[in-house]
Amino acid sequence: MRNVWIICRKELNSYFVSPIAYILLAIFAIVFGYFFWNSVGYFIFAGMEAQMRGSMFPMNVNEQVIRPLISNVAVIGLFLIPLISMRLFAEEKRAGTFELLATSPVRDFAVIFGKWLAAVLLYGGMLLVSAINFAWLFRYGNPDWKPLAIAYVGLLLQAGFMLAIGTFISSLTRNQIIAGAVTFAACLLLWVLGWVSEYDSTPVARVMSYLSIPIHFESFEKGLLSLKDAVFFVSAIFLGLFLTARSIESLRWRS
Amino acid sequence: MITVEQLTKKYARNTAVDHISFEVGKGQIVGFLGPNGAGKTTTMRMLTCFLPPTSGAATVAGFNVLEKPLEVRRRIGYLPETPPLYPEMRTDEYLRFVGKIKGLHASELSKRIDFVLDRCAVADVKDKVLGKLSKGYRQRVGLAQAIIHNPDVLILDEPTAGLDPKQINETRDLIKSLAGDHTIILSTHILPEVEQTCQQVIIINKGKLVATDSVSNLQNRARGAGSVLVEVAGRNGVLESVQVQRRLEQVPGVSRVLFKHAGENRSTFEVEGKNDRAIRGDLARAIVESGWDLNELRTAAVSLEEIFLQLTSSDEANAASSGSTATGTEAAASEAKG
Repeated sequence: MRNVWIICRKELNSYFVSPIAYILLAIFAIVFGYFFWNSVGYFIFAGMEAQMRGSMFPMNVNEQVIRPLISNVAVIGLFLIPLISMRLFAEEKRAGTFELLATSPVRDFAVIFGKWLAAVLLYGGMLLVSAINFAWLFRYGNPDWKPLAIAYVGLLLQAGFMLAIGTFISSLTRNQIIAGAVTFAACLLLWVLGWVSEYDSTPVARVMSYLSIPIHFESFEKGLLSLKDAVFFVSAIFLGLFLTARSIESLRWRS
Repeated sequence: MITVEQLTKKYARNTAVDHISFEVGKGQIVGFLGPNGAGKTTTMRMLTCFLPPTSGAATVAGFNVLEKPLEVRRRIGYLPETPPLYPEMRTDEYLRFVGKIKGLHASELSKRIDFVLDRCAVADVKDKVLGKLSKGYRQRVGLAQAIIHNPDVLILDEPTAGLDPKQINETRDLIKSLAGDHTIILSTHILPEVEQTCQQVIIINKGKLVATDSVSNLQNRARGAGSVLVEVAGRNGVLESVQVQRRLEQVPGVSRVLFKHAGENRSTFEVEGKNDRAIRGDLARAIVESGWDLNELRTAAVSLEEIFLQLTSSDEANAASSGSTATGTEAAASEAKG
């Protein structure tokens, strides 16, 4: 456990020493900031229009502002997550520092878990940026905080899954761009895999939609803590990290 | 300290290391010598538990590399061919990180960092970012990293590659000063390095062990039983090589005179005698008194370079011409194996 933390600290450190972390946080802040501004602006416009027409249009900050924004956060994550995970192993392999880690008295799993954890924490940093925006809603409105908290748990789980895939793919190559591109393709496919369920219900289609990320995120987005979906994400994270461990081990046999 | 028995590493198409056996005692510096691609790095990687051997066994400080890799790694300091530095880290930050993953606790860590900064002469760059250091400093930080946890065994893969002559000397001195505390294996393809820093040499070629012996033994063996190289020049333009050879053979104590080659008005001979120191004076006098000039008179020392070439060259003719030295070292090699 001590080693996991040492590796994690080192990874976080290199995210923040190099400009990657700041650039990713800035991109997130700008893009999400725009979504937020847009969403709140529309909410206010709709509210005023309803008032003018005198109709009792039900206004709900949670349903009409927070929920769509959460799904926006998820989509921004789809684009930024490959950029977080691509360097994890590819960079070490290229710089030769992987040899240092592999000849240190540290278990492979501590290295993998530490790196993944650092990536999740950086993503957590992005969620904090979004929380600054949401804080204004609490300042001027009275939304329910519980669905938002559950949505954040879901976002972390979902990102953890994509980051585990990214960690695995990063361990397969020494080229960061390849790692990033393949991770993006893999995550995008997992994102849209569920579309078949709209017109097909064969076993294959059902398996495909079960593997799809948004289907498991839906309940979190609604503010429901679903054990079934949490189990899916946690086990998928373990699968990703386990594959990474296998890939690291095979490096030793091959290289 | 290190025992290697029949160590083998096979890849899909080739065998990188082929049944190598050797032993290294505590506190020794051993040079691991071989041309590029001989299997030096692969052997070192197996010793550091980076690569698992296909067959055979290696133990470091009593721990088998396959069965107790974590124990072995705790006791090994490893400097790969390119120092494993994180370019974005500062020197002290990097050493702190390495110290931690090598299992040092906070209480000793700061002391060890100060010690290795001083020992490897990198204290003046301790606040600098590693990516901006010169090659010499990077190499020394690499060494500092390898000794931070005070390991029993140090494995250095071409520690002087790519350095300028002054840095090479500094690095060699540093390595020499580390012996005693640590058992050191260093690989190189530069021979003088072995002559200067190591006590023992392990020569490998194409994955096979060619010789293991002490440096002085190898040199003695190669030097032969006191051969002297003599270059003679004629005074009046003509020099009869046969005449000179006959005259040299008459010198007391000379057992054999070999004609090496002739240039314009001069010839070179290799003279073998029982005691090369004693016959030198007689040789010189005999040549001068016969009316020739003595251009050169020196010990026909075979450098490690030549031994190396003889041992690693697959050229049949070359091997035949150097038969005596090669068999000598090979005998030593098989002794070591047995």
